[in-house]
Amino acid sequence: MAKYKYKAENEKDRCVACGVCVKVCPKSAISIYKGCYAVINEEECVGCGICGKNCPAGVIHKVENKEYVK
Amino acid sequence: MWVVSATYFALGFFNIVFAWFGVICFLIPLLIAIFGGGKQYCNHYCGRGQLFLKIGNSLGWSKGRLAPRWLSSKYFRHGFLVFFLFFFVQMVWLTVEVAKGIETLHETIHLMWSFDVPWHWAYRTEITPWKAQFAFGLYGIMLTSLIVGVILTIVYRPRTWCVFCPMGNMTQQISKLKAGKK
Repeated sequence: MAKYKYKAENEKDRCVACGVCVKVCPKSAISIYKGCYAVINEEECVGCGICGKNCPAGVIHKVENKEYVK
Repeated sequence: MWVVSATYFALGFFNIVFAWFGVICFLIPLLIAIFGGGKQYCNHYCGRGQLFLKIGNSLGWSKGRLAPRWLSSKYFRHGFLVFFLFFFVQMVWLTVEVAKGIETLHETIHLMWSFDVPWHWAYRTEITPWKAQFAFGLYGIMLTSLIVGVILTIVYRPRTWCVFCPMGNMTQQISKLKAGKK
């Protein structure tokens, strides 16, 4: 069961792996997988959306967490 | 690291010989990627990327708008890489011609892939002509990407340049190849 209403989702095929999201994530929930793309640790992600606002490619999105139950 | 990048451009303005340090920015990221370090260079060390963040975020010059989506498309990124390599090869070719004595030294900076800007004041110490030609050529490439990058940082988000940076693209392709093999 998810704790937060939103979560970050990355379009892996368009991600350029620049690492901006890793730098801005307040929960250190993002890492770059072998220089290929950014991976979001869903356990840590609180869905704040800061990564999405800073992503220069605009490929990380704040989306509704479907597993979230009130 | 952004200080290093800013220093590089300042030094090249006064003495073109320093432009040779730019080779580091081409070799290190490739070597890191080849030896399995992924995009550590982009992620932690790229002085230019940090300079864009400094200008865009710390100085607050960036409008923070999202760049058009086609910038991150494979076609544009690879297309720009080919475009970039074409001009890189052309620059090396001119260096070779100067070394052979076919061409004379151009004391200009080739900006935005089209304009030749006079830069003779930076040629202070007499060095072998081809070495000087390579310095002028490389500095032109570096300065062009800085100008494009700063404009993109201001109009869009900081580090929008990174979306289609030829070096970043090359290191990512190497990383993908390496990750795919395992």
